Amino acid sequence: MSIWTTLKLAFRALWRNKVRSTLTMLGIIFGIGTVIAMIASGQGAREAVADVFRSMGTNLLIVTNGSVSTGGAAGGQGSRYSLTWKDLEQLENGEVPTVRWVTPVLQSKVQVASEDANWNTTVLGVKPSYFLIKSWAAKEGALFDDEAASNTGPKVAVIGSTVATQLYGTADPVGQAIRINGQPYEVIALLETKGQSGMGQDQDDTVIVPLKTYLQKMDRGIGKYISKGQLFVSVGSEKEIEHAEAQLTAFLRANHNLGPNDDDDFRIRNLAEFAMSQQASTERISTLLAIVAAMSLIVGGIGVMNIMLVSVIERTREIGIRMAVGAKPIDVMTQFLVEALVLAAVGGVLGIGFGAVLAKYMASYYGWKLFFPAATAAIAFAVSGGVGVVFGLYPAIRASQLDPIVALRYET
Amino acid sequence: MSAPLIEMRGIHRTYVMGDNLVHALRGVDLVIEQGASIAIMGQSGSGKSTMMNLMGCLDQPTQGTYSLNGKDVSRLTRPQLADVRGKMIGFVFQSFNLLSRTSALENVEMPLMYQGISGRERHKRAMYALERVNLADRAHHHSSQLSGGQQQRVAIARALVGEAPIIMADEPTGNLDSKTSYEVMAILQGLVDQGITVVLVTHEPDIAAYARRVIVLRDGLMVEDRQQAPVRAETQVAS
Repeated sequence: MSIWTTLKLAFRALWRNKVRSTLTMLGIIFGIGTVIAMIASGQGAREAVADVFRSMGTNLLIVTNGSVSTGGAAGGQGSRYSLTWKDLEQLENGEVPTVRWVTPVLQSKVQVASEDANWNTTVLGVKPSYFLIKSWAAKEGALFDDEAASNTGPKVAVIGSTVATQLYGTADPVGQAIRINGQPYEVIALLETKGQSGMGQDQDDTVIVPLKTYLQKMDRGIGKYISKGQLFVSVGSEKEIEHAEAQLTAFLRANHNLGPNDDDDFRIRNLAEFAMSQQASTERISTLLAIVAAMSLIVGGIGVMNIMLVSVIERTREIGIRMAVGAKPIDVMTQFLVEALVLAAVGGVLGIGFGAVLAKYMASYYGWKLFFPAATAAIAFAVSGGVGVVFGLYPAIRASQLDPIVALRYET
Repeated sequence: MSAPLIEMRGIHRTYVMGDNLVHALRGVDLVIEQGASIAIMGQSGSGKSTMMNLMGCLDQPTQGTYSLNGKDVSRLTRPQLADVRGKMIGFVFQSFNLLSRTSALENVEMPLMYQGISGRERHKRAMYALERVNLADRAHHHSSQLSGGQQQRVAIARALVGEAPIIMADEPTGNLDSKTSYEVMAILQGLVDQGITVVLVTHEPDIAAYARRVIVLRDGLMVEDRQQAPVRAETQVAS
């Protein structure tokens, strides 16, 4: 029998039992739909996490002061000043070749104010390379460069979008006056919105001023050590990060005159590691969800098998007639298998649509990018076809093995 | 002379029913020539249904040989048997056995699907078969919209459509009133006149009377084999 005739027969047989066919298909629709939605949203979530870390910089090493232990009681991180301005200068001069950019990041919580509002936020004192390291651009205005940083003219500040909203509402903050710790500054740029960091901090709740200004106005001027701060060190690419970490460690140990038995008096944190563990947990959750969704697809497949078994019994007489007029066992098997396949495939197509809608809804609800790669849809379609074959095979084989004499005598 | 159409030698058929062996046929020899009109009679349990199943290649003998058109068909696989059925044999059943919710035309086309004949050709041949049973005007009616006699004529058209040389009719009038029975028998007799071999399986002497040859089975053995002048059904239709 031609494929076309077989398909036509299958569609007609399914059409005769519309309600039953639809209900059976629902199992497949929900199964495929949830699998698609879970895979798509898993990918969306993974990308969202990756984005967060990309915004923090995965090729970033953060160097902090080490801890001091006095009489056996360990002080906290940064309790021992060890990083020096000389370390910074040498790094800036390229003494560690893998280091591309470096900036100190000094920070303190202070009160800032506009004419009509005030806000408590984190003020950072950085070198201009900070913006390169964080790949953070200005949305309005221009960021400060080395000139502005060393400028003795009016003090300047760059603000994050959260601070802008708190202080100026919807008005353009660029050119406005801002008081930081009571001192007047001019807002020269509004930063692009970055959102939450991987640790859940609002990265936009910040005011950034040139390092020099910070040291003069917030700190007590330059001493030997970089206190209350850390170094952000950017490496050319993520791949070099481990190599860079080793180089940096060796460089700092030498600079600080540490002997081979001394512990490091600084600490280097690697964001890539943190990103990876975060990524892994996202992946675990989305795998789990996909497994649950796959279970529901299997349940849908069992529904197909169930209905096909009922159908074979109901149509025993028909099978007998077909065999009597010359249908071979393989013809009967093909007929029932194709029916199961059509059920599953139509369910699969509708399921892909359902999954796409679901994925879209979830993406917009959670603010993810919508991922719906064609490959996923193609795989889903193949899987639903596979479900049809796997769960349709047993009923089809049963049908094909009926004895025509018994089947012809079967009373429905 | 060519081989006879049907040649059965020493046919035994034994079933296992639980712990018992049932000997449905216990050594039957039967030769039927092309174009014959034959009635197989017997009480229920005589083995006539078994005989029809064997002759119709729905079943195979436990012992003995069956050649159909000179070819031994007693030891074939299921697919081979299906192929022989499709090409050689048309069935007409007591309960019509049409597919429900399917038009007369599609019912008649069905056997051709399994011979890989194209849709257009199927349609043409099925229409021709329906014309032969005077039902061309009912081609698109569903079986439920047809009377019993019409349904049986559709079944005859289905048996004819593959140009099979043999038609096996199992109690073809068992579910019909006498007037409709005459019509159906007249059609079957007409087919004999056209050279088709018609095998009637019945327990009714009235129906056997339409055949030229009658064989009687009892307890799995052939006890009678006679020739007779058949009653013509079309004279009864007219009366």
